Order: sequence, then structure tokens, then C-alpha cells
Amino acid sequence: MAASAAVRAGVSFTHRFVRVSPVCSICPLHRLKVCTGVAVGRAVDGFSSPNRRLQTSIGVCQSEDSSSPEEDRHEHVVNVVYIDRSGQRIPVKGKVGDNVLYLAHKHGVDLEGACEASLACSTCHVYVNSDYCDKLPDPEEREDDMLDMAPLLQENSRLGCQIILTPELDGIELTLPKVTRNFYVDGHVPKPH
Amino acid sequence: MKRMTMINLMKASVKKIHSLSRASRCLPAEGGVRGFSSASGPRVCIVGGGPAGFYTAQQLLKARRDAVVDIYERLPVPFGLVRFGVAPDHPEVKNVINTFTQTAQHERCSFYGNVNVGKDVTIEELRQAYHAVVLSYGAEGNRSMKIPGEDLSGVFSAKDFVGWYNGLPNNKELCPDLNCETAVILGQGNVALDVARILLSPVDMLKETDITQNSLAVLAGSNVRRVLIVGRRGPLQIACTIKELREMVNLPNTRADMMPNDFEGIAEALKDLPRPRKRLTELMMKAVKEGRGDKVEKSWGFRFFRSPVEVLAGADGKRATGIRLALNKLEGSGEDTRAVPTGQLEDLECGLIISSIGYKSFPIDPTVPFDPRKAIVPNAMGRVQDTTGLYCSGWVKRGPTGVIATTMNDSFDTARVLIQDMEAGEVDLSVNKAGAQAITALLQTRGVRTVLFPQWEKINAEEEKRGKSLGKPREKLLDVDEMLKIAWS
Repeated sequence: MAASAAVRAGVSFTHRFVRVSPVCSICPLHRLKVCTGVAVGRAVDGFSSPNRRLQTSIGVCQSEDSSSPEEDRHEHVVNVVYIDRSGQRIPVKGKVGDNVLYLAHKHGVDLEGACEASLACSTCHVYVNSDYCDKLPDPEEREDDMLDMAPLLQENSRLGCQIILTPELDGIELTLPKVTRNFYVDGHVPKPH
Repeated sequence: MKRMTMINLMKASVKKIHSLSRASRCLPAEGGVRGFSSASGPRVCIVGGGPAGFYTAQQLLKARRDAVVDIYERLPVPFGLVRFGVAPDHPEVKNVINTFTQTAQHERCSFYGNVNVGKDVTIEELRQAYHAVVLSYGAEGNRSMKIPGEDLSGVFSAKDFVGWYNGLPNNKELCPDLNCETAVILGQGNVALDVARILLSPVDMLKETDITQNSLAVLAGSNVRRVLIVGRRGPLQIACTIKELREMVNLPNTRADMMPNDFEGIAEALKDLPRPRKRLTELMMKAVKEGRGDKVEKSWGFRFFRSPVEVLAGADGKRATGIRLALNKLEGSGEDTRAVPTGQLEDLECGLIISSIGYKSFPIDPTVPFDPRKAIVPNAMGRVQDTTGLYCSGWVKRGPTGVIATTMNDSFDTARVLIQDMEAGEVDLSVNKAGAQAITALLQTRGVRTVLFPQWEKINAEEEKRGKSLGKPREKLLDVDEMLKIAWS
């Protein structure tokens, strides 16, 4: 359980970490009054080198199913709607701090996460509905690099594994791209030269 | 000490969260004996245990609750290019192995390693035993430069060089001589950049990866200080992606050595480029500017508008000491831009030449159609031409380009098409097929013993154990016989 606080503090190696503040109110360490703040303060120092040791990036914290009554407090719920590749709307109740990729998995939404949230693929590519684009922190360079490889890239494209739920994101809609054989919108197929 | 505990806690916690997430995605348990849970369900055979095979299997298992999928793989070990192609310093890309492991452990999926399809068992025999066969065996060959001197000592295909540092059994005796100062790589895709990066990375960084110990020793003694990455067209046609370029730019103790003339007119073209190409080109131009004047001993650079025409030999006529390049100009525009020789030539002195101009598939069986020009199995949307019940996915279907995500989407497409055919009656499910029972019996009569997934896991455990004592995630076994001995112990 102590680990979840550490994870919640984020396993990120860039300034991105600063934007993902740990949600202390639902952390067991905080509740038990044994948090020394070391997870928050020291995590940045501990991981200043490129992520070659740990094989994942930003906090993949996911509220576990076994939750105590306090964790089900209404104000922590963030409503998310996934729109899958067939156009079906799948409304889901997430919690503040949830990672959108793993929330999708939890609810059987078909969002792949091949590299397991380590910014090494683009399989969790989603479109964010326009009202919510600005509510997300800007992507870090590494996310943009991976997005560049995603077929059918749009202005509102993001990687699901980098979206962490906050109260402001309540009502967010995430659409899964309809990826087809031809990865170009106009049906263009690159020619060998 | 505190830091290490924190790291370990985080690792354990992340693992747990990942496994919770994976568990929640699992199909509900279906009971019944493995593989026999539905006597009348479709039985599908997948040839090739790499990303294409596993992703196709994953999709089939999900879409049909009665499908049984068997994956046949030539080596005793699964995962194909994820294990043997992805660079050792890209461990995150290999996380996909966890997804594949889940698929292999699915109760309706079985893995059969150490089976050489085409030699130990024919495609015809597989088609008789299964309702459908999916060819996902990838591209084990490479395109050749077709120039004089290509067979000289010191010239390698990137496929072999990568196979060497990644522990592919066939390449364990490669023994590249890294005594020279300059290495030239032909081709500018991600594989070319991987090779350049491995040649120039500090050994201290490499020694904590799953790079093989023997290649690490060779790299530790390397004299290579300068790597030139040559492409026949210009900066706007470069095939690598930004992540790999950024890694080159950020390599410690190296500087970028570009030719500013190669970038004439590029700045003006930037504004009209689509985002991915624009960001990539901007980064390249930044490298051109910042590389100059640096007095760092190691360097890497792109050389554009150059095609190899001859490998030059030294006095003994046996080893490469240089490469002759033809200078090109560009004609056409956009995707149609072509390199056209100008007639001018240029010689580059070098002792190591690596051609990274593409992998290539081979035909697997005389009964399967094959297009020798494109080096793929001719197909329409994954349905192999002029056949029924035969499909393909991955590089053998599309050609050897793209990353794991590309293959994933492609494999999902093939699986969808196969499911459609099953539902439309194009694949006749009313016939009972014997599946793996028949094939393994046949293999046994031919003296071929399979490696099952739990047996691979013994190999896996041994590799991780050996790696641990070396401070690496694993130390790969290089010898097929040794793998088999451990698998069947």
C-alpha cells in the first residue's frame, strides 16, 4: 500500500512530474499520517536520468477495486465517455488520479497500450473532444514524438496513457480513431521509390 | 538506499497495477480442457510467433469465444523481432511481450515452438488440420545492395548486425571487426539509426541492457568514432522517425556532423510540411546548426543524395576499406521524389559497412503464392490470392516497414477479415478439424519435438537468472540446442 503513494507521485522523469500532483486526500499514507513527503519531494531527484531503468513513464496509478467507503466520495468521481471504433458510446465513472488508458481497460474499452504507458508507442491514441483539449496539460516532447507516428493524427490527438483524470475533466469524451489499412485520410498509399 | 527502496517499491507497485489492469481485460474463464472447450469452434493456425502472429491471435480469441488458436514458431523462443529486432536500449518497446504472454497463456491458445513450417510440416498439412491458416512469418532476409564488393569482409546487412547484438542464434558467430575509425551505414530508417546508436553509445549505458555479453565485449573494444548514415534522397525523404533522431542528437560525447549544403532550400519548405515531417526536419536542422565547432571525439552524420555503387577493397583484396558513392539529384516531388544519378562519384574511407536498406520475406512453401518482386505473399486485405482459408498478417503481407503499432493494426485487420469470412460461410466451420492434436502427432513421427509456452518460460527464467548476476534484465541464450535442453529439462 505504501507503494501506491509512491506511484501516485508519478514515475516521470521530466518537469511533467510537477503537473501531476499526488492526490494526498485519498492516499493511505496520508490518511494514516505516515506520509513523510519523501515520495513527492524525492521522486524527481531519484529519476533525473532518462528512463532506462524503469520501464514506464507517468504515474499509472489506478484506484484499486477494493476501496474503503471514503474513496467512493462523490467529489472524486470523474465521468468519462469513451467512443469506440464502431461509434458506440461507453460512459464510465473514473476517479481523480485515474489513468485514462487503464480506466479503459478496466471497462473493456478496446484501447491498446502496447508499451504500457512508457511513451514508446502510439497504440493508445485517442481524440479528445474540443472543449476539453485545453484542460489537459500540454504534451511533453516525448508524447508529441509518439503522436507523430499515429495514423490519422488530428489537432485533438493525445495519448491516452498520458491523460490523468482531474475534477476539471469531468464529462470528457475520448474517441478511438478508426484505423484502417490505409493510414492516410485520403486513401493515399505511399509508393516505393 | 532510500532511493533504491523507493524505486523497488514503485517497480513492484507498477507491476501490480499492470497486472490488475491486464486481469481486468481478460476474457472470463471458460473452463473445460485446454483447447477442447468447443469441439465445433473454429481452429486457426498461425505461422510465426512474432508481433503479427500474437496480435492476430489476440483479436481472434476475443472476437470468437469458440475459437482455438495455435501459434507455430520455428525457434524455441517466441516474440520474433520484439526479441531480436528492437534495440536493447529500447526496453519499453518490449513491454508488449507482456500482452503477448497473456495471449499465449489464454486457455484457447497454444504455442508450439521449434517447428519449422515448410520443412517439418507443410502448409497443406496445416490447412487440412485447421479451418484457417494465417501466415505471419515476417521477413527473415534482407535486400542486398547488388554492388561489387558486397561480399568483402567488413560488410554486413543491418539484419545480421542487429541479430548479432540481439542474440539471434544464426548471427552469433558474426564477429564484426570494429577496429576501424569510420563506419558507413547505407539507409536512413530507424534500423540504421539503431545501429548507429549502438555503435556510438557509451558501453556503461549498454551494459545494463539485454544486449548480449559477447557483443558488449566487442563494442567495448571498438575503435569506431565516426558513423555516417547515407541515403539516396534528401532530408525531406528521410525514413527514420523523430524519437530515434532525438536519441542520436542526445547521445553523450558525440556531435552531429552534417553537410549544411544538403539542407539548401529546406528551411523554406518547412511551413508546408505535415506535422510529423515538419518536427523531424526542424530537429535535423537544429542538429546541423549545433553540431558545428564542437571538439568532441565521436561523431555521427547524415550524408544525403548518395547511392552506393562499389565497395572498395584494401591491398589484400579481401577486406573493405572504403565505399564508392554516386551523387544524385532529385526529380519529381512529394512522395514521387526520385533520386537520379548525376554521374559524379565520391569515395568514403571506412572499415565497416552496414547496409540497412530493408528486410525481405521469403516464400515458405511451394503451394503458397509469392510475389518475388515485392517479396510478399500476394493478398487482398489479408486473404491470400487464389486460395481459401489462407490468410496473412504483418510484414509478409504488407512488406517490411512500420513499427509494432503498424503491425498491430494490420493484424487486427486480418483477424477481422477472417472472422467475417467465418461468419459468411467462406470458411467452412461445419467440418471438424483435428488441429494441434493431428499436427503434433505428425511432428512426433518425424522426430520433431515442440517447445510449449511453459517450457519457453523455463528458458526465460534461466535468461533472467543469468542476467541478474550481470546486472542486466536477461542474458539471452545464443544456442538453439542449449535452449532446447533447458526447455525440455
